[in-house]
Amino acid sequence: MKTLWNKYRYLMFRRTTQIGLLFLYFGANAWGWEILMGNLSSSLLFGTIPLSDPYAALQMLAAGAILATDIIVGALIITVFYMIIGGRAFCSWVCPVNIVTDAAALLRRKIRVDEFAKRQPASRNMRYWVLGLSLIISFLMGIAAFEFISPISVLHRGIIFGFGFGWAAVLIVFLFDLLVLKNGWCGHICPLGGFYSLVGKFSLIRVKHTQENCTECMKCKVVCPEGQVLYMIGKESIPVLSGECTNCARCIEVCDDNALGFSIRELVKNKKVGD
Amino acid sequence: MQKLPMKMKSKTENNRRKFILRMARGAGITALGGFIWSAYVDEVTASQLILRPPGAIMEDDFLRTCIKCGLCVEACPYDTLLLAKPGDNKPLGTPYFIPRDIPCYMCPDIPCVPICPSGALDEPSVTTDGKLDINIAEMGLAVIDRETCIAFWGIQCDACYRACPIMGKAITVEYSKNERTGKHAYLTPLVHADACTGCGLCEKACVTEKASIFVLPKEVAMGKAGSYYIKGWDKDDEKRLEDASSIKSTTEISKEKAIDSLNSDMEDLY
Repeated sequence: MKTLWNKYRYLMFRRTTQIGLLFLYFGANAWGWEILMGNLSSSLLFGTIPLSDPYAALQMLAAGAILATDIIVGALIITVFYMIIGGRAFCSWVCPVNIVTDAAALLRRKIRVDEFAKRQPASRNMRYWVLGLSLIISFLMGIAAFEFISPISVLHRGIIFGFGFGWAAVLIVFLFDLLVLKNGWCGHICPLGGFYSLVGKFSLIRVKHTQENCTECMKCKVVCPEGQVLYMIGKESIPVLSGECTNCARCIEVCDDNALGFSIRELVKNKKVGD
Repeated sequence: MQKLPMKMKSKTENNRRKFILRMARGAGITALGGFIWSAYVDEVTASQLILRPPGAIMEDDFLRTCIKCGLCVEACPYDTLLLAKPGDNKPLGTPYFIPRDIPCYMCPDIPCVPICPSGALDEPSVTTDGKLDINIAEMGLAVIDRETCIAFWGIQCDACYRACPIMGKAITVEYSKNERTGKHAYLTPLVHADACTGCGLCEKACVTEKASIFVLPKEVAMGKAGSYYIKGWDKDDEKRLEDASSIKSTTEISKEKAIDSLNSDMEDLY
């Protein structure tokens, strides 16, 4: 039981946060709860505090919309929040698509898809291209372009307001991740992930590697959805500084040797100077 | 020793070629993706026949301003408002309503509007003298099909008139003689565009199998006379003449005098 807890504690926290937030949103529409209303595009916390998706706001700006105060304030709150706790913490702790793509990644490992699909023919930088493209299309079409195709919104809105054919989009993301490209959606294409990678570039909360403890079992690299950020494993005792790290903490809990843990960026720096 | 630089040179050249190829491939995929993406967005936002919540700004601005959060949908106490989901063939995630299913009941406090964070639902547009006023909302305009409306057959029905929340202003009943029977009257509904909010209560109430009075977006339902027609009997409208300027256009038939042109075989008119 204790090992189960040790191996999955962050995963359980994450799923609790993700599903808990969904439940609050769902309750707001179904039973009129006023804790967290709206959806991930824009919400109202406790009926007063506005929260908005800064990437959606950016697209609206590119599309030539006049941003209302609530949207600007809401987007700023969210941006500052993720600048502190790690940009892509959104991806692994809030975004409902993460549950879908994690499931695909797990199944992919279990049925060993990678053994016959070794090549990863796509670059993880694609998301920044998609991000740029979304802003260009928003500008040219006068409309927030990604918001009209986002499977994140489709899934999230679907759960709260009803799916329609939305499940098909979710199924496509699942199958794409399972059979076409490992970590395909979240790790390669999703421009929201790309956006939060940039937001979280200088965030405070970081995973830190202690090389002295590492036995190079590489379990962390197997579970990591953004394997490239763990390039230092077994080589250097440094924090994971890439904004692409989602702070999902799977690497921390699968590590049997206490070689990975959360740290706060500034403190880490000072310690190094002190040494 | 001479071979080495040659080899290095070919290697850098190879790298450069690879780099250029990779960039070209990236640009190609981006262009293709961008094209499909834009085409899709253009297609899904082209839907004109959509009724928006009260206070909604012009459709083009609405589409770029609405953040698709669904707060208006949650605020609606009658579950009138829906968020467009895949398969609805409406711009994805934007709020709309179907009056025949659930019309807008025109709450005096209009809960769906003040909660909108983005300004896509504009509070001032439904405010009179500092107070919310649902009666000035313009969600759409009710249109009557005189062929299928049974009141126009001579059967007495005033369901829409009775259902209208602005009864007597948005819908009135007109009397006329029924020449077919010679002794009965037609009591037919008439919609007044200046008062109708497009709430759809009439559409909901209509007794025919498929509603014979139905709400359309105002831009779809109404024509436009154009600025060159002036109501000469209306003093305010005639004021527009004061700063009017004329444009003289010349065509093939303006070479001759008008009367000559009319006396010719009219060939040149066609």
